[in-house]
Amino acid sequence: MPADSNIAHVATEQSTPAPQTLGASASPAATPGAAPGAELEHLAHLYREMLLIRRIEEESARAYAEGKIGGFLHLYIGQEAVGVGSIAALRPDDYVITTYRDHGIALAKGMSPRALMAELFGKATGCSHGLGGSMHMFDKEHHMLGGYGIVGGHIPLAAGVAFASKYRGDGRVTLCLFGEGAVSIGGFHEGLSLAALWKLPIVFICENNEYSMGTPLSRSMSVEDVSLKALGYGMDRDRFFADDVLEVEQRIGEAVKRAREQSLPTLVEVRTYRFRGHSMSDPAKYRTQAELEEHKKRDPLHRARALLVEKGYGEPRLDGIEKSVEAEVADAIKFADESPEPTLADLEPTTYKGPFAY
Amino acid sequence: MATMRFREALREAMIEEMERDERVFLMGEEVGHYQGAYKVSEGMLEKFGPKRVIDTPIAEGGFAGIGVGAAMVGLRPIVEFMTWNFSAVAFDQILNNAAKVRQMSGGQFDCPIVFRGPNASARQVGSQHSHAMEHFYATVPGLKVVAPAFPGDAKGLLKAAVRDDNPVLVMESETMYALKGEVPDGEHVVELGKAQIVRHGTDVTLAAYSRATHVALDAAAALEKEGISAEVVDLRSLRPLDENTLVASVERTHRMVVVHEGWPYGGVGAEVADRVQRLAFDALDAPILRVATLDVPMPYSSKLEQACMPQPDRVVAAVKRLLVRGRA
Repeated sequence: MPADSNIAHVATEQSTPAPQTLGASASPAATPGAAPGAELEHLAHLYREMLLIRRIEEESARAYAEGKIGGFLHLYIGQEAVGVGSIAALRPDDYVITTYRDHGIALAKGMSPRALMAELFGKATGCSHGLGGSMHMFDKEHHMLGGYGIVGGHIPLAAGVAFASKYRGDGRVTLCLFGEGAVSIGGFHEGLSLAALWKLPIVFICENNEYSMGTPLSRSMSVEDVSLKALGYGMDRDRFFADDVLEVEQRIGEAVKRAREQSLPTLVEVRTYRFRGHSMSDPAKYRTQAELEEHKKRDPLHRARALLVEKGYGEPRLDGIEKSVEAEVADAIKFADESPEPTLADLEPTTYKGPFAY
Repeated sequence: MATMRFREALREAMIEEMERDERVFLMGEEVGHYQGAYKVSEGMLEKFGPKRVIDTPIAEGGFAGIGVGAAMVGLRPIVEFMTWNFSAVAFDQILNNAAKVRQMSGGQFDCPIVFRGPNASARQVGSQHSHAMEHFYATVPGLKVVAPAFPGDAKGLLKAAVRDDNPVLVMESETMYALKGEVPDGEHVVELGKAQIVRHGTDVTLAAYSRATHVALDAAAALEKEGISAEVVDLRSLRPLDENTLVASVERTHRMVVVHEGWPYGGVGAEVADRVQRLAFDALDAPILRVATLDVPMPYSSKLEQACMPQPDRVVAAVKRLLVRGRA
């Protein structure tokens, strides 16, 4: 098992102090009157989702090395708490749209590991029938509106989805995720500007992992506090570290509430770190091993697991979670391996609805 | 049959479609309070209110993207570009999102959106405002592109575009907005992908669209005086392209000149020439010629601008090369 996932073995030794309470304020599962233990079950659920993402990503890296996955592969390892915590703050019918580092987001939004892994393997059973690949994870049933490969290009799209919700009055919220590398491009500014002007029900989440590919924040932006960009648009903002998945859920939940109840956008800068390179071809020589190790001490999975142990969730139940995740990942890989490839006949019907226009 | 101007026909199409379908809305710069930069949307804000006739800031990439996002989740936007020239800053949204979201989602998401506005040359608006953008867009699988030349087709094609479940780009012309023409009464929808013969002839086929159709018609009238009978095929739709009508015409006339605005390198004219020579090689008595905008950025000078644009005399000269010499 790759080093990143030795959670079960090192969690009790890891040095990040666990918070004294379970989250700063109530999570959706912790409604007043909820049965005792509901909060703990909720955290266990989030931990399981984060672990599933990490293990899927580790196995994706392995499959990539084996030549089973082609093209680009941008792993979400280290950032799991952002996607899982944010999406936990949503209703199932809310929309999510993200950038090309999209595997974890798609899984957190409900995509099956089978559909995801088969897509990575370029198989017909993948979420996009093997036509999208790593960067384009779409799941209409779960309102996952995809991952997009042009930095910042999906931010106006997200505003359009929120525009549609406001137009219809359907009460849904759109969550739009992107990296801090997107903050320099026009799509970010046009999307935020219009969302603020038209008071759209949307939460913009900047996953600030400190590097836009190999360029650190200090060399890409004159002001390193991304959340400050909201001020120019008269938009609410927030900024915090993604160490604690429950805090992510709670803080994003406030922005979601603002969007749902007041139809107002928010820019949230969530500070995180990716433990792997930008993509599989990136050895990440632009940062030191010591820096990486420092960040790994703040691994949100370790933190969640330690908290579960401390609150008495019990090793046997954690072991059960970890075993079931392993089984699910193995099943996804087997499914992807055994699935058929798409054919040329799949291309024309997916290019146009109705007759091909030539 | 009512007679109306090109801009009125477009307006009538939008009004009818918005009355028919609550999901249809109009968005663009100056479409509302200003009544449209070219008065195409005049009166529509008053009729439908600001929820459905939406003035945008100058942010083509932003509002084109908003349209695409809204279309993905079920609305049917009409996005107006004040001119297609400005779509260059929204090219990423059209190329990478509108055209591709269906395929990259494996067919899960559609993008039923209309982008429309005036295209190609106006009058002395210089190099940055005179682009014939259809050549860039018609190459992109996932998009449909139409370019009507008459008010009736403008209305019918725009209505068909709104009802299509794919992104459809409607190329209009600033110099044609005041053009009057007959528009059939009642429900008038023109199927995308169908060319029409707007003048019958026997000696040569002139294939054109949008404003160039009128250039071709003028050329055909001039040729008639010299005893040359030219057939004019108005393509109307550039993608899908009506090969059948083109091939059938060339099988009768045995010669073809393609007339369009925009540069000669690649583009719609080259596509038409390629298809016709492949599909009707045995019917051709001469190479297919193209009359396009000269291969330079559009100059401001009125005289030079006119010299750069396709004119009837250049079409006449091209036809004579084919007929007199039998070769290019």
